[in-house]
This record gives sequence, C-alpha cells and structure tokens, in this order.
Amino acid sequence: MSSKNETLIRMANQIATFFRPYSREEAVKGIRSHIEAFWSPTMRRDLCILIAKDPDGLDAIVIEAVPCEIENHENA
Amino acid sequence: MSLIQEIDYGTPPSKSERQVTLTIDGTEISVPEGTSIMRAAMEMGTQIPKLCATDSLASFGSCRLCLVEIEGRAGTPASCTTPVAAGMVVHTQTERLARLRKGVMELYISDHPLDCLTCSANGDCELQDMAGAVGLREVRYGMEGSNHFAKDSDLRLPKDESNPYFTYDPSKCIVCNRCVRACEEVQGTFALTISGRGFESRVSPGMNEPFLQSECVSCGACVQACPTATLNEKSVIEIGTPEHSLVTTCAYCGVGCSFKAEMRGNTLVRMVPWKEGKANEGHSCVKGRFAYGYATHEDRITKPMIRASIEDPWREVSWSEAIDYAASEFKRIQAKYGRDAIGGITSSRCTNEETYLVQKLIRAGFGTNNVDTCARVCHSPTGYGLKMTFGTSAGTQDFASVDESDVIFVIGANPTDGHPVFGARMKKRLRQGARLIVADPRRIDLVRSPHIKADYHLPLRPGSNVAFINALAHVIVTEGLVNEAFVRERCDWAEFEAWARFIADDRHSPESVESITGVPAAEMRGAARLYATGGRAAIYYGLGVTEHSQGSTMVMGMANLAMATGNIGYRGVGVNPLRGQNNVQGSCDMGSFPHEFPGYRHVSDDSTRAVFEALWGRHLSAEPGLRIPNMLDEAVGGRFKGLYIQGEDIAQSDPDVQHVTAGLAAMECVVIQDIFMNETAKYAHVFLPGSSFLEKDGTFTNAERRINRVRKVMPPLAGYADWEVTMMLAEAFGYPMHYKHPGEIMDEIAATTPSFADVSYAKLDEMGSVQWPCNENAPLGTPIMHVGKFVRGKGQFMLTEFVETDERTSRKFPLILTTGRILAHYNVGAQTRRTPNTAWHPEDVLEIHPFDAESRGLTDGDLVAIESRVGMVTLHAKISDRMQPGVVYTTFHHPMSGANVITTDYSDWATNCPEYKVTAVQVRKTNRPSEWQERFVEHHEKSTRILESAVTEAAE
Repeated sequence: MSSKNETLIRMANQIATFFRPYSREEAVKGIRSHIEAFWSPTMRRDLCILIAKDPDGLDAIVIEAVPCEIENHENA
Repeated sequence: MSLIQEIDYGTPPSKSERQVTLTIDGTEISVPEGTSIMRAAMEMGTQIPKLCATDSLASFGSCRLCLVEIEGRAGTPASCTTPVAAGMVVHTQTERLARLRKGVMELYISDHPLDCLTCSANGDCELQDMAGAVGLREVRYGMEGSNHFAKDSDLRLPKDESNPYFTYDPSKCIVCNRCVRACEEVQGTFALTISGRGFESRVSPGMNEPFLQSECVSCGACVQACPTATLNEKSVIEIGTPEHSLVTTCAYCGVGCSFKAEMRGNTLVRMVPWKEGKANEGHSCVKGRFAYGYATHEDRITKPMIRASIEDPWREVSWSEAIDYAASEFKRIQAKYGRDAIGGITSSRCTNEETYLVQKLIRAGFGTNNVDTCARVCHSPTGYGLKMTFGTSAGTQDFASVDESDVIFVIGANPTDGHPVFGARMKKRLRQGARLIVADPRRIDLVRSPHIKADYHLPLRPGSNVAFINALAHVIVTEGLVNEAFVRERCDWAEFEAWARFIADDRHSPESVESITGVPAAEMRGAARLYATGGRAAIYYGLGVTEHSQGSTMVMGMANLAMATGNIGYRGVGVNPLRGQNNVQGSCDMGSFPHEFPGYRHVSDDSTRAVFEALWGRHLSAEPGLRIPNMLDEAVGGRFKGLYIQGEDIAQSDPDVQHVTAGLAAMECVVIQDIFMNETAKYAHVFLPGSSFLEKDGTFTNAERRINRVRKVMPPLAGYADWEVTMMLAEAFGYPMHYKHPGEIMDEIAATTPSFADVSYAKLDEMGSVQWPCNENAPLGTPIMHVGKFVRGKGQFMLTEFVETDERTSRKFPLILTTGRILAHYNVGAQTRRTPNTAWHPEDVLEIHPFDAESRGLTDGDLVAIESRVGMVTLHAKISDRMQPGVVYTTFHHPMSGANVITTDYSDWATNCPEYKVTAVQVRKTNRPSEWQERFVEHHEKSTRILESAVTEAAE
C-alpha cells in the first residue's frame, strides 16, 4: 500500500500525463480544472503542502497548474 | 390482486408496415402482412387450440391442433404456419375441425399419464386446457398401449432432478419441441435436442446427459415454453401454483429484466420473465429466474445491532436505540473532528429513491459532499469519458438497437456470462448474420459458440487497451475511412483535425503497437476496416475497458472511433457500457458522486445548488467531497472517522483489501445497512438490517437508461424498507424527511432533475418503463441518445496517448492476473452463494494457460499460490487454453478467495476507478492456504462466534 503523499503525487502526475499530448496552455488549464472539479479541498491543500515543502516526484506542469497561493493562504 | 395472465398470440408479431385484411369467423380484421392466421385470430380474441405454438418462438406446425379451414383452399392447414392473405375467409371452428382436433388430442392423451390431480402443473397445463378446449371426453385407444409413463414401460425414462431449480419428467413430454426451440431461438445455447426417432423421440439435454451435466445454462426458457409439467419449477412442485403476481425488476445485473413475481400469500413461488418488459422481452437467466432464494435465506440479519468497538460482541437492540446511537456518534465525530470527518456510500443495489435519500442526507444533513458509490470501482470512467466526448454519462442505445447492428464490437465484456439476457439477444442478431469483433485477453464463449464465430478475436494484453484503440483509429484515419460528412456536421472540426493529426502519427500504427498489444497488426487493420465499413457498427463494452489506469482514456478512445465513423445517433450503432449492478446507472444518475448532484450537475454550479438549497432547506457545499479511496486514505491518515454505508461491501469488492480494512478499522463509527453480515460489517459499529428488492417499492435504472418499477411483494423481514431506515437516521440526526411513499421521492427527483422531469410512478405504471431523458422535449423517453445533435452540442474528440501502467511484470512477478465473472454468480457472491447456483461454481479457480502451467509443473486442480506485490492468496488451478500465455484469470465471487488481497491500489487517472484488470503475479504450487486466508477463517469464525453469543444473551 502506498503512503498518502505517494498516492497524491501519483494521481496528480497521472492527470498531467493524460494532458501531455495537448499544448502546454491547454494542459495547464485541463489539469487545473480537473483537480478543481474532482479533488476535495483537503486533497488540494495536501497537494499544495507537498508542492511547497517536498515537490520531488511531482510533474512540473502540476506545480504550474495548481493554484496554490490561495490554498496555502487558506491553510495557514 | 390476481395472477397476471399474459396473452399468448401463438406466433411472433410481424414487423411489416403493410396491412392485410381478411375475415375470420365472419369478422373482418386487418393485421400486418406476414402475421399468422393463429395470431390474427388471437388479436380479435379468438384462441385457436394449439400446443406446439407460443409467441416467443417461430411457428413450427407439428402438433396439428391449430388446424383451420380456409374457403377456396383444400385441406385443413395449420393456422400457426399459414400467413394471412388479403380477402382470405377463415373458419376456426367447424364440425370437421372439431373432429380432427379431438382425434389429435386422443392420440396425445393416450400417451400421457392421467395424474392431473397430483400433477404439479394442475391448473397451469396447456395440455389440460386443450383437452378441455377440444371437448375431449374419451380416449378410444385406451391407456394400455405402448407408452412412456407406465412403470413397466420400456420407453419410460427416469425423472431428471439434477438441475437445482427444475425437473425434467420425460413421461409427461408431448414432444412439441417448444423447449428445444426456446433453447435455440431465444437463448441460443442449443443444449437441447430430440433424441430417438418416431415414438421413441424424447427431449435430450446434450448427449442424453442429466441437465446439470449438459451445456444447459439454466436460463429457464425451456421451462417457460413447456406446455405441460415435463419441465417444471421445483418451487411449484413444492409450494403449488401461485395465486397472485406483481411485475417487478430483477436485482442482479444492469440488464434490468422485468419479472412477474408470482406469489402464494407472502411466499414467492417463482419469478417468471414478463413479455412486456422492454429490457428482456420475456427472457431470463439463471440468476433472475431462479436464484432469488437469498432474499429469504436464514443468514438474513433482521435485528439492528450495535457495539462500541469492533472487538466487542454485537448486541441486538431496538431500531430506535441503533438509530439514535448511529446519529449521536456521527454528531459526536463532527463536533470533535469537523463536518468533513464523516461521509457515506450509496448502493447500486438499492433503488433510485433510496440512493437519492442517502446522498441528500449526506449533502444536506451531514453538510458535506463526502458521498460516493460503488460505480467508483466499475463504470466511473464511463461517466467521465462519455461526458467529455458526447456530453452525458450514459450509454447511447436501447438494447433493442442491437437487432439492427451489422457489426458488433465487444470490448472487455463477457455478455453471455455477465449480462446473459442481453448476450442471448446479441447472439440472436449474430446468428442472423451480423459480423463480430471481440477484443478480450481471454477467449470468451461469444468468440465461438453454436452458429456464431467471431470474424476477429483480438486477444490483447491486459493494460494495452488504449494502444489498441488508437491503432484502430489510426487505420481509420490513414486509410481514408473517416465519415467526414458526419464529423463536419456533428463534431468540433478543429478538434477533429488535431485528433486526426495526433492519431495519424506512425507511433499509433498497428505495426508499431503490435509488440504492446500482442495482436497481429493485420488483425487490427482488418477489425478497424470492418468496424468502419461493415454497416451499422455498435460498440459494447464492460469492465475490461474501465478498470484500468487508463480506463477513462479508453472510453474516450472508443467514443472517438464511433464519432470518426459516424456510428452514433441512430439505431444499430452507439457506444454502450454493459453496466454491472442492477442500479449502477441509477445510482450515478441520483447524485452519488462527490462532485455531482442528481443529473450530473457539478456541485460548484450555483444555479443547481440554489435549486437544492431551496428545496432541502440547507446550505450546500460547492466543493467536491472525497471519493471512496480518498476516504480510506484519509481514515488511515486519521482525518476521516465515520461512514454510513448502504448496501455495499467495500471490504470485499474494493482493491487492496488490507488497505480498505485498515481504513475501516481506523474509523470511530461505521454504520452498515445490509441484508447480510458482509465483510465490511466485520469492521462496523452499527448494523441496520436492510430489505431485499422484494420488500420495497422503488425504481431501478438499467444500462440502457430505462427506469423500471420495483414493487413490494412481501413485507420487509426486518420491518422497514431501506428508504425508511435512511429517513429514521436523518430524523435522529436532526434533518427530518417526510416521505410517505417512494413515489413522493421520485416526484422530488423529477422536480429537481431536468432529465427526469416527466418521470412519475403514474407514468411508469402506464408505460411500463421509460428511458431518460424524459421531459417536455421527450415525454415518452429517449431510446437513442445524440440523435441529430450531441448532448454537449458538438462531439469532442479527445487526444488519447497510450501510457503504460505502473503495474509491470518482472522476473519476480511474470504473469498478469485479470479478473471477471461467471454466469452462475454475481459480483461478490453475497446473493448467489446463498442459492443453489453454487452447484455450477462452488469456488473461484485460477485459469492458467497450459504452457504457463507446464513450466510451473502444475496439473489441473492443483492448489496454487498467487502472489502479487501486495499480497498472496491460494486457489485451485484450472488449465485452460482460453487464456493466452502470460495471462491468468480468476473470478471474485467467494470472499475466501481474496482476489482483492492481491490487487493493487493503482487506479484510473481521472476517476480513481481501480485497476482490477492488471496485477503482476507469480503462480506456484502450494499445499496450504495463504496467511491471509488463514487469518480470514480465524477472523470470520471469531465474528460469527461473537454474534452467536450475543444472540444467546439477547434471548436470555
């Protein structure tokens, strides 16, 4: 069984991989809207904490796509 | 209430639009050209005596009882085989006909035991009826001649009682051939024949084998067709004939067959398929027809129970104590850990109305969107993929559409086992000449069965679906097979062009992906050409498509294919998910997903939220809640503490069982509402007894979006229907609901959900069933979706890059395990294991190719250990060349098998649907159960023992 963070990283990267054939702009938009539409706020917050603290293993485009400033602010 | 009597017109209806007028017994009647005289007469209410004719079968003309006289024609032709003609003048009753019929009946009766009073078909026997109808008063030949019934007769054959559900008594057979024809024409199994010649002729299963040992699939079509007690339900033999009946809907698979539940008092005598049922048109399978005994099985839990800890014994309590305890625990958890620390799971086994109430309780009462359903683990990628491409989360056709298909493309589905009644329908069309492509790692029955041979069987490797579908699309694009007119009119052209450029790249060619899919490139090219050019082409698919890390991508890939070839929006075509559970379509429609309200509207949509907030009187969250796997992750992490589960067994059905049970064990209050003490209940604190489909009113929605009524035929064993239990829990939680009947819940669904706007119980009673969308634009429902225009406007082509799953074979785990179902059992087997269906399948086995078996020194029946990266179980091996080398297969109908002990937590990128279909494993011979299985037995025995002591205490 995977740890929660590993699961989140894998899920986010899988989404990024799906959008890879699209242009970067379309991919960023697609990843963002997918995560906003289907991930709960806690999952999004956990992803943002990962991005802030330990982004190793996360696809770079995920970091670009997920709007973390607001989320981090909320979390703080 | 009385027994529903359906009219038997003797022969099937003619589909001709031309009318022919004739005169029968002095009355003029117009019927469609091609109608038999027998049927024309019955349509005006005149029943011509008959024995070998019934309207589910083509006319046969053997019994010679239905003779008529036609003016200007010589002789007395059989009315079942004689079609009507313009101006024809027919007499159905004359002195000559009466004499002839009496003579025929005398011959029949001279070889039939005269034991009517003690016969199980007494009062329900067509031979008896016909003897009365023709006025038989004597048998001139006596009963002493050569016959099949006398105890000392050489021709008498023993009664075959091998089938658990029906008997075959050859001494009562009149050799009308109805059973043989039903097996051929309706079911398509060809298990029955007439053996012997002349007077020795008798019905024979297989090569004169007992029914149970023959290839008979026990669908019941022969029993249904038999006019005597020759083939008779054991339940009728035991109980007697029924006295009243109600039409209801089967609670097994997503075909949603309509049945007459035939009753004697509150005792269910038998389930008889209803001819008017649009999903099954009078056909059935072994599960729906016979395997209903679980509903009254002694294992049913009928008393509410609670316990503070899962280590404690269960304690039987009153309904109010159990409900109050559950509600107070949920309130306590929310007060301590926050509103989002609890959630719920709706059931695809329960009714639409019950599902709607559970998600309403969670969203409005609990104040969170943490609601999910078991569709998460089966068809959630269908919902996502079809919504993205076509605009709605449902299959495109009605079942009858397949009757007009020229090419049937089955991908990752095994309809003859998983959806048998639709499988029979599909086979009928294939016998009429439709072409067949099967993409499946395993050689399923459909590939080669009587009078059916697939044009292409493409045994693709598990995990290579998207590479495969892209290769087919590549052929269609690069060989100029795109239906450009359709795409220009119906789809977004710019997106199509981007897709066409993407898919035309050589990396998607069949030759490039041959090494990935394992399917020869020429075969993929041939199949693509057949799909694109063979006429009306329909895709039917199952969990072999969805339960992959690229499940959603594959659904979109199939939708791309259908759009590119114009195979969408009319009869005979489409993209059709074969839904697993009876109400998985309905549970999705009813807002069971954490991001969607009923009708697939996102929770962030302000106008939708406003509708529900106004009606439900509570503020609703605009944020998506947790999905089942996320709930379990959060539970393990300590943030998710309480769960209300209605009719769902995640500890058996969900992947990576040890992770599931760890999540459940970490929660402080798990409330289970179920009819049995299931695996999940072993981790629960409150048990609320559920009600079976026979004990409540409601509706199920099948795979073709058909809303069918479920009708209560007996009182709930535990006192309450599931919707009533949810209402009690809601009230105790402080969110009272006030429905007096499920019909009122449907009215609320209609008031809030545009695709259900015109649905009501009155309409369902009137029409029998209706397919959504059913609203002012489509008051009679919508058999075919996307006619003229896609629901989303323009069809959207999606780019579907193949991505290899993370679950890889290695030297340590060199085989791929994939999973499926068998005809006799249903999903986790909670119902079918509690019926005599175990006669066909007492345990799950591991199917393995002879090559893989030999290299491991295995012989058929050996106990083998199957080890994956996450766990190990043992099963008996079955060596089978249905498998391809490198791939092994099992079913998951028995909890002890623990198939999900070895499945991983990899899942679909878009929906988290688990990747059940791909697990890297090693298989080796063993002589003992796995550690997990030993623990399972210990744990199971412990919980049973605790339960018994608690019951004893309560009794004391």
